[in-house]
Amino acid sequence: MNRNGPIALIFHVLFLGFLLAPILIVCAVAFTSQGYLSLPTEGLSLRWFRAIGDNPEFIRAFKDSLLLGAVSSTLAILVAVPAALAIARHQFFGREAIQALFLSPLMVPHIVLGIAFLRFFTMIGLGGTFAGLVLSHVIIILPFALRLILAASTGMDRAVENAAASLGASSWTCFRRVTLPLILPGVASGWVLAFINSFDEVTMTVFIASPETTTLPVRLFLYIQDNIDPLVAAVSAVLIFLTVAAMLVLDRVYGLERLLVGKGRD
Amino acid sequence: MAYLVLDQLTKRFGNWTAVDNVSLTVEKGELISLLGPSGCGKTTTLQMIAGFLDADGGRVMLDGQDLLAKKPNERGLGIVFQSYALFPHMTAAENVAFGLEMRRIARADRDRMVADALKLVGLEQYGDRHPRRMSGGQQQRVALARALVIKPSLLLLDEPLSNLDAKMREEMQIELRRIQRTVGTTMILVTHDQSEAMALSDRVVVMNKGRIQQVATPQEAYDHPANAFVANFLGRTNLLPGMVGGGSAGTVITVADSVWPVSQPMAAGPGALAVRPEKIGFVDAGGLSGTVLARVFQGTQWLFEIETAAGRLMVIRQHDGSPLPAERERVMVGWRPDDMAVMPADPDTASGAREAA
Amino acid sequence: MSMAASTESQVQANAPATAPPPRRPRRWPWTPYLLSAPGLALFAVLLLVPLVMTFLLSLNSFSFYGGIENVWQIGNYADIVADSYFHEVFLRTFRIAAVVTILCALFGAPEAYILRRMKSPWRGLCLLIVLGPLLISVVSRTLGWALLFGSTGLVNQGLMGLGLIATPIEFMYTETGVIIALTHVLVPFMVLSVWASLQRLDPQVENAALSLGAGPLTVMRRVVLPQIVPGILSGSIIVFALAASAFATPAIIGGRRLKVAATLAYDEFLNTLNWPLGATVAVLLLIANVVIIVGCNRLVERRYKQVFE
Repeated sequence: MNRNGPIALIFHVLFLGFLLAPILIVCAVAFTSQGYLSLPTEGLSLRWFRAIGDNPEFIRAFKDSLLLGAVSSTLAILVAVPAALAIARHQFFGREAIQALFLSPLMVPHIVLGIAFLRFFTMIGLGGTFAGLVLSHVIIILPFALRLILAASTGMDRAVENAAASLGASSWTCFRRVTLPLILPGVASGWVLAFINSFDEVTMTVFIASPETTTLPVRLFLYIQDNIDPLVAAVSAVLIFLTVAAMLVLDRVYGLERLLVGKGRD
Repeated sequence: MAYLVLDQLTKRFGNWTAVDNVSLTVEKGELISLLGPSGCGKTTTLQMIAGFLDADGGRVMLDGQDLLAKKPNERGLGIVFQSYALFPHMTAAENVAFGLEMRRIARADRDRMVADALKLVGLEQYGDRHPRRMSGGQQQRVALARALVIKPSLLLLDEPLSNLDAKMREEMQIELRRIQRTVGTTMILVTHDQSEAMALSDRVVVMNKGRIQQVATPQEAYDHPANAFVANFLGRTNLLPGMVGGGSAGTVITVADSVWPVSQPMAAGPGALAVRPEKIGFVDAGGLSGTVLARVFQGTQWLFEIETAAGRLMVIRQHDGSPLPAERERVMVGWRPDDMAVMPADPDTASGAREAA
Repeated sequence: MSMAASTESQVQANAPATAPPPRRPRRWPWTPYLLSAPGLALFAVLLLVPLVMTFLLSLNSFSFYGGIENVWQIGNYADIVADSYFHEVFLRTFRIAAVVTILCALFGAPEAYILRRMKSPWRGLCLLIVLGPLLISVVSRTLGWALLFGSTGLVNQGLMGLGLIATPIEFMYTETGVIIALTHVLVPFMVLSVWASLQRLDPQVENAALSLGAGPLTVMRRVVLPQIVPGILSGSIIVFALAASAFATPAIIGGRRLKVAATLAYDEFLNTLNWPLGATVAVLLLIANVVIIVGCNRLVERRYKQVFE
């Protein structure tokens, strides 16, 4: 009885087509053999993928993006884990307010953050530096990490920590040997989600990046503003291939639905 | 003439047969239980009657009409779901009224019928509450009222009491029986709990692996199980292997050093003898000899474990002051031939029963 | 201490005599503050200070010759309130956001429902296709729409091929184009949100309604829809907020001609260099966003607390 009728399936196919169309067209255009934008009707070619090699600024931006994502996600985790433990297992004055503060970047439009950081970093001398990028990214990705770690630490049975303490473990040993291993899945997925959000961020970063230190999405965005050619399609296609590969691995290892829907969301 | 007829009903999932040629007749006003371990096909059978699953073969006739030809929303059956499946966004009264709305019953009649139904289940005060604000037992009663108010030709109950705690469950058993007497609706109850089935039903249908094992009144099925599976599933039993043969006094079954008369006709060959622990007594002669391995005091009764040549036996004796053997004592046990059931040896069902028990 | 006595040697070996007794929350009231201190410091310095500074900047004045002047006034706000150009930009921003939200609800909610009714291997695969785009850079996805709308003109070729339109529709640099691309970018959020509320739906309630005589459409309208409305509403809040503050997509599809609030602020900052005015637009956008998110969440919560806890 609980089966989709033909109308539902037609709707479903159209919906998936709508979602996939722009992604597929980027990949298709990237394989053109022409010197201008066109669908590869005259034969497939990898010339535009080879052309990426002649534009080292894309490669450098890609490396910077990876490094920025890795560093800022790691920092966000280091800050989010103790904060999540405090919120998940202590009753204290200001707990709700602190949680709201840590989640508040979700509510602030990234354009506003970009403007705020541009002004702030210019004044304190961090304008256009890698350190500035890292700090600003930590702020915007922390809520994503926090939510998943919070879900993991709320679901944990506290009795096991008491058991460890009763066996003579110090607070630190208890954390390292018992608590951390138990919340590790949440921490790991928090890191991944933070990394993805850092890697894809463009609106805020476009304000604080400098021509020397910039990310791949910002480089792409600025390039597209001037002109759209098969080269950006090729760079985007590479980005899409890598994301899809990472996504498949992630789905196998952790489950995409679990990562995005989460347990703590409501 | 029979009210509900299941005729060779079959359901397959891939190459696994969940319900295998199930045939059954139910009289009007009867409360019948489908009883068995999980995966025995009882819920699948119910779902086919309800129309949530399509049957792969067979027929279901209700009051002379072919039920399988109708859509689930046209069958007019009442169903109480295991999860209750109340509409969380509607109050108790709105839940109960839903089926009447679908039947386009006038507002005034509807209100009166809803009030009557809530009163029947003892919830007249709770009409404007949302399900989330009610206890499990109250939700259960709303579900029952919602199913009964449409005056269903048949009420299906899918493990209705399994989500309640033990005390609540007993109360609801009595309540359910009372309601069934009051409204007289024909009911089919699906359960894995043998005590629930025995307490509530006019007849029980014991199922295993998609097949019906026995259809009988609870007492019949308990006292004279048709096979080893039924014997094991309905309460504790001792199942002893033996050999059936013809003697001068008629058919007998030999179990180790004892011989018991068999009343029903049976072919010679390997067989099995089932006897309840509480029906076994200590005798001086003419029984099965063994050694007391352990005896445990349980308040109103003593529990014995006896090692015999035919295997280990469980014996229950009342704590009434009569002298009882000690541990490691040599004893002889026996029972009245009326209290035992003899069945063909069936290693397959026997092992299945042990898994389930 | 009684426990320690029984295994004295072990305890002495593992922990010195100063080892604290099992933690009792009342004895260490500052533990949670210590644990959240790094985050609090970071957020105070890197979030609150810059936001306050942006607000102060919006009060400064600006002239083409003197640059930013350190005076405190609300002239920028007055300018925006008075100028019909800004009205038009803000109105367009919220119009686009509203249409995108409605489209996302219209397509995302049924899709989530269809996904839930799919069988195992297909469901996982389709969910991957629906949620996957969330992980792909917005720039790449918007580039796809720019290619479909403009250079290849595939959308118009398709529509004309199907006989739906006679002359090509202009998508690039139009609101229609921005709305389509933004719907594509944001619809996964709606699916996610509705999906989450469908997870809480007891699959048996649909059967229960059927058994009571409700037809498929009635089941949908009376039983399923009311239960996923909270999911649709919270999804709508997310989509509206993100659409109203979207930048990359309107910048690429809308170009310099079709301004929305975010691209306006960007232009004031990086092209006109009128930072105080850009900051003013940003502050207004922030306030609107917070009011909408917090306000709507409150409303939804109050409305559904009784029913869904």
